[in-house]
Amino acid sequence: MTTRILLIDDEIEFVTTLAERLEIRGFSSTTAEDGESGLALIRKQPFDVVILDLLMPGMNGLEALKQIRQISPNLPVILLTGHGSTREGMEGMRLGAVDYLMKPLAIEDLMEKLQEAVAP
Amino acid sequence: MTAQWKDAMWTIRNLIFSIDGLFSGGENSPGHYRNLTRNIIITMLVVTIVPLTAMGILNHFQYGRHLRSELITPLANTARKATHSFELFFEERLSTVRFIANAYEYEDLLDNQTLHQLLRVLKSEQGGFVDLAVINGEGDLVNYAGPYNLLGKNYASQRSYQEVLVKGSYISNVFMGHRKIPHIVIAVQRYTDEGANWIIRATIDTDRFYKLLGTLGLSPKSDAFLVSSDNILQTDSTFYGKTLEPSRLEIPTGTRSTFVTETTDPDGRQILLACSGFTSANYVLAIAKPRSVVMRSWYAMKSDALVIYAVSLLVIIFMVVKMTGTLVRRIKESDERRETAMTELQHTQKLSSIGRLAAGVAHEINNPLAIINEKAGLMNDLMGAAGDFPHKDRMAKLTEAIIGSVSRCKTITHRLLGFARKLDTVMEPLSINDILDEVMGFLERESIYRQLDMRLNLDQTLAPISSDRGQLQQVFLNLLTNAFAAVEDGGSVSVTSMPAPEGGVAVTVQDNGCGMSEEVAKHIFDPFFSTKKENGTGLGLSITYGIIKKLGGTITMSTRQGEGTTFTVTLPAQPPTDTINGGPDHDHTHPAH
Repeated sequence: MTTRILLIDDEIEFVTTLAERLEIRGFSSTTAEDGESGLALIRKQPFDVVILDLLMPGMNGLEALKQIRQISPNLPVILLTGHGSTREGMEGMRLGAVDYLMKPLAIEDLMEKLQEAVAP
Repeated sequence: MTAQWKDAMWTIRNLIFSIDGLFSGGENSPGHYRNLTRNIIITMLVVTIVPLTAMGILNHFQYGRHLRSELITPLANTARKATHSFELFFEERLSTVRFIANAYEYEDLLDNQTLHQLLRVLKSEQGGFVDLAVINGEGDLVNYAGPYNLLGKNYASQRSYQEVLVKGSYISNVFMGHRKIPHIVIAVQRYTDEGANWIIRATIDTDRFYKLLGTLGLSPKSDAFLVSSDNILQTDSTFYGKTLEPSRLEIPTGTRSTFVTETTDPDGRQILLACSGFTSANYVLAIAKPRSVVMRSWYAMKSDALVIYAVSLLVIIFMVVKMTGTLVRRIKESDERRETAMTELQHTQKLSSIGRLAAGVAHEINNPLAIINEKAGLMNDLMGAAGDFPHKDRMAKLTEAIIGSVSRCKTITHRLLGFARKLDTVMEPLSINDILDEVMGFLERESIYRQLDMRLNLDQTLAPISSDRGQLQQVFLNLLTNAFAAVEDGGSVSVTSMPAPEGGVAVTVQDNGCGMSEEVAKHIFDPFFSTKKENGTGLGLSITYGIIKKLGGTITMSTRQGEGTTFTVTLPAQPPTDTINGGPDHDHTHPAH
């Protein structure tokens, strides 16, 4: 069974390219441009893992994370952070994210985290 | 009027400016504080000593003048009283002789017995009378009572005879009698019933003069005497000659009033000379008082004042020099403190503004970088999946190069962001030696490869401190990377840990590398200042500085071009409270996305 990934990031070029790369690696990936549409997708269909950018216009990543936790408490979330501070990353972990990565990211790192996240 | 007023204002203003100029200017020159000290000392000495000296001199002369006039008046009074006594004495004798001349007829006085009787009465009643003589109109001495045989002597040619005929009475100057005793003569002229001149003459010795002079009660150094109008001494003078000798001291005669002058006597003594002329005789009474006696109190005061002046002068100079020294030292210290504070402030401001800018730039660049990274990654993925095509290997290398460059950019942007936000601090008790060991572990391979002489001098007794492990690793990694960059292959780098004098720990990282110039050393902690050209971001030491500050420590550097550099880091046993509470830059404001 393919792992279904939801990518939430406002940077479309980034998120679509990453989605394509994940497809190549055998994942099924869906993209959302902001927190609200991402949450709507989660409500509509099941995902195995969510990759969530922390810094977005409108609803930011941490807020989105809180709501994801309410909708689907067991859905693993990997955070992406655009800046060097680990503070938000740590905050996200506290709120239940499984891990965080810094942009730009090495695909190998992401793969590793994904494996860990979906492992039973 | 207005123009003059303006001119005056300008002059005053210029004066104030020029005084200001004395104490300022050239603040950066090395001699500034020395000049300041000198100028303050000179100015303070001038404004204190000049008025003091002026007042001292003024007082001195004022007092001298005052004292002199105070002394002159009593002296003049003494002279006047003495003269008066002498006048009384003469008047008394003269009226006695006049009484005889009036009470007796010429014929009665020709009787020798009567004359002797009179002389006896005078001697017993008044004293001082030596003889009595009666002289007729021709100048012949016709009757005489006394110790000498003068009968028949003619006095017609004598000056005293001439004068008594003119004036009616006469008091002579002193002369030596036959017995070498100084005398004076008192003569009174009368007419007989027939209208012929006759004269009665008494000789008086001058003993009474000395009695009168003695009543003045003068000090042994003073002198009082009588002189005639032609400056012949009429009494013995202590200093200026014997009776009938010319006075060695020139006495201004010809005056009938009393006056006091200051003069120098033939012996060179400064004296106050009081002179008083007689009306009844051609005498001048002179009192000479040495000024040293008169002015003794003045001289005493003069020396007292001089001592006080000298002492206060010394005290003033000492205090001025001492106080100015202290003052200028304080000024210098406060200047230095201000300068240090200013540098610190400027540095902090520079750090924070550059940090903010860097964070903005880094964040904006980070997103496109992520896109480039993913696109290149995707290209790689696609090429991997595709079959063989021309330049496939070349393309793969190119995309790898892109990804590699992005990775380098990422390092820079993450550092910039880290610099701006300074990673979160997590305080935990830790051993500084462990951290140094770990960091050295990172660099071990490079040091072996470059054959560096690594020395670790770790004080194993160091107590644990509370600090941030990750950030300290960063700090020492930065310092050691710099040290490695500074030394040649085969050079030596040593790391030493020890207790800090003010508590906590101190770590030195020392290399024997190229060192740096003073100019470089000055900017070593500035952001974006790098000597590594393309290989450095210029942020390493700046971040290090920021971290150490945040952890409540200090970092200092000493360097010598060509000899090496030593960094010294001190860390407190406990971090400052604001760091524990999340750091001074604990803010969640993010740059615009």
